[in-house]
Amino acid sequence: MTPFAFHVARDCAEALSLGAASGARFIGGGTNLVDLLRQNVESASKLVDVSRLAANIHEVGNGALLVDASVKNSALAAHPMVRGRYPMLSRALLAGASAQIRNMATVGGNIMQRTRCAYFYDVDGARCNKRQPGSGCDAIGGFNRYHAILGVSNDCVATHPSDMCVALAALAALVHLVGPEGERTVPLAEFHVLPGASPQIETVLRPGEMITAIELPPATPAMANSEYRKVRDRSSYAFALVSVAAGLEVVGGKIAEARIALGGVAAKPWRATRAEAALRGLPATRANFLSAAEEELTKAQPLEGNAFKIGLVQRTTAAVLESLAGERA
Amino acid sequence: MTITINGSDYAVPYDSRVSLLDMLRERLSLTGTKLGCNQGACGACTVLLDGERVLSCLTLAAQADGRDVLTIEGMQGADGSLHPLQKAFIEHDGLQCGYCTPGQICSAVAMARELRRGDPSHVTANLAAGPDGPTREEIRERMSGNLCRCGAHNGIVEAIEEMLGREAA
Repeated sequence: MTPFAFHVARDCAEALSLGAASGARFIGGGTNLVDLLRQNVESASKLVDVSRLAANIHEVGNGALLVDASVKNSALAAHPMVRGRYPMLSRALLAGASAQIRNMATVGGNIMQRTRCAYFYDVDGARCNKRQPGSGCDAIGGFNRYHAILGVSNDCVATHPSDMCVALAALAALVHLVGPEGERTVPLAEFHVLPGASPQIETVLRPGEMITAIELPPATPAMANSEYRKVRDRSSYAFALVSVAAGLEVVGGKIAEARIALGGVAAKPWRATRAEAALRGLPATRANFLSAAEEELTKAQPLEGNAFKIGLVQRTTAAVLESLAGERA
Repeated sequence: MTITINGSDYAVPYDSRVSLLDMLRERLSLTGTKLGCNQGACGACTVLLDGERVLSCLTLAAQADGRDVLTIEGMQGADGSLHPLQKAFIEHDGLQCGYCTPGQICSAVAMARELRRGDPSHVTANLAAGPDGPTREEIRERMSGNLCRCGAHNGIVEAIEEMLGREAA
C-alpha cells in the first residue's frame, strides 16, 4: 500500500470538500477498497471516510423509501419495510458476501465496488485493460467461467459482482448524487456503464461526486411479490455464476407486470427489459417465461468457459417466475 | 483518537495504512485474533466492532477510531474462566488445529445476538416473520464467513447449538 491520509467527514459538505483533492477517494466500509489498496491494484492520496454520515432509512411523501448511502448492507436487509415491500432486495443482500462483510459494507460502497475478475487483481501476472488501459485482457482466452456474456467488449469481460444492485435495477431504484456542480439523480440501471473500449470507466460518476442515497420507488404488487435467486459454485459466501431478481403481478391469469434483472452476466446489473416487454399480457406459463428469457439473450456473446450461463439464465429466470406465479395463484 | 479494545483505550496508529488486525497483533500483542487470508475470504480475523462482527483485516484501524472492539482475549470471564462457547468447542471437538477458532467464537457470539434480534438470513423461509429458531441450517448459513480448513464444521455447529440451546433454556 502506498501511504495515504485519512479523514473522517462529519457532514456532506465536508466530505465534498475533502474529496475534491487529487487522488482522494471516499471510503464506506472499505471491504473492496482496502483490499484493492493492499494489492496495489488501486492507490489513493487521501481516504475520506463517509461511513459516519447520516445512515437513515425513511419513507418520503409518495411512499418511496429513501436509504442513506451509509446504511450498512445488514441493516438494509433486516429493515421491516424492505422485507415486506421489496423482498427481492432483502434476499439479494442476504445472498451477498458473509455476515461480517454485510455488517461493514455500506449501500454506497456496494454500488461503487469495482467490476472485477481475478486477472484484474493479478498485478504481477496478468494483463488487464481495466487496471492498465491498453495492456490487453488475459480473461478473454483464459479461465472465464465467471465472466460476462452480455454487453461485453473486446477489451473487458469482467462482471459487476453486487447482488444488491441486481435487485435495485429490477426495482428501478434511483441513485442520489451530490458533487461540485450540485445534486442530481441517476437510475441505478444507468449508473454503471458497459466496458466498450474504456473498461477502466465503470460508472457515470463525475470527479468529486458521491452517492448520498438510493430511492426505492413506491412498491407495486410486482415489487412486493418478488424473489432473488443466486446460482453459485458453493451454497454460501461465493459470487454468482448467474443470479435473477424478479417480481411478478398476474391478473386474471395474464402477466400485468414483470420485473427482471440479471446478475453475473455483465459489467453492470442487467435489467432484462426485452424479457419484461415480451411477457406483458401473456399467460404466466413456463413456456412463456423460457422464451422471454431466450429473447433477452439473443445477443449473448459467450466465451469458451461460460457458455453454460445462457441456459442457466433461462432456466433460473423461468424457475423464479414460475415460483412467483404460483404464490400469486 | 483512541480505540477501546477489551475495555482499555489505545491510540490510533499514526500510519493510516495499519489494519485493525495488524494493530491488534503487531502493536498490542493481542495475537488471539488470527491472520488468515488477509483479504476477507476466511473469517479468521473476526472481531466485534461496537458489538457487531466484522473482519479486522479489511478494517483500517483509523476506521475504528472512537469505537469499541472486543477480541477473543476479551471473551473470558472476569475470573479468567473460558467463555461458555469456548468450553462447548472443546466438548464437541469444534477444532483440530485451532487456528480459525478465535474467529469462529467471536463470529458465533455476535451471530447469537443477530438471531435473538430476529434478523433474517439467506435460508430464512419467511422473510417477514424472521428465522424459525436456531436450526442447523440457519447456523451453517450464518457461519459461512468462517472457514475451517481442518473440517471441524460439524463440531462447530454442535458447539454453537449447545450455546444457543442454553440461552433459550
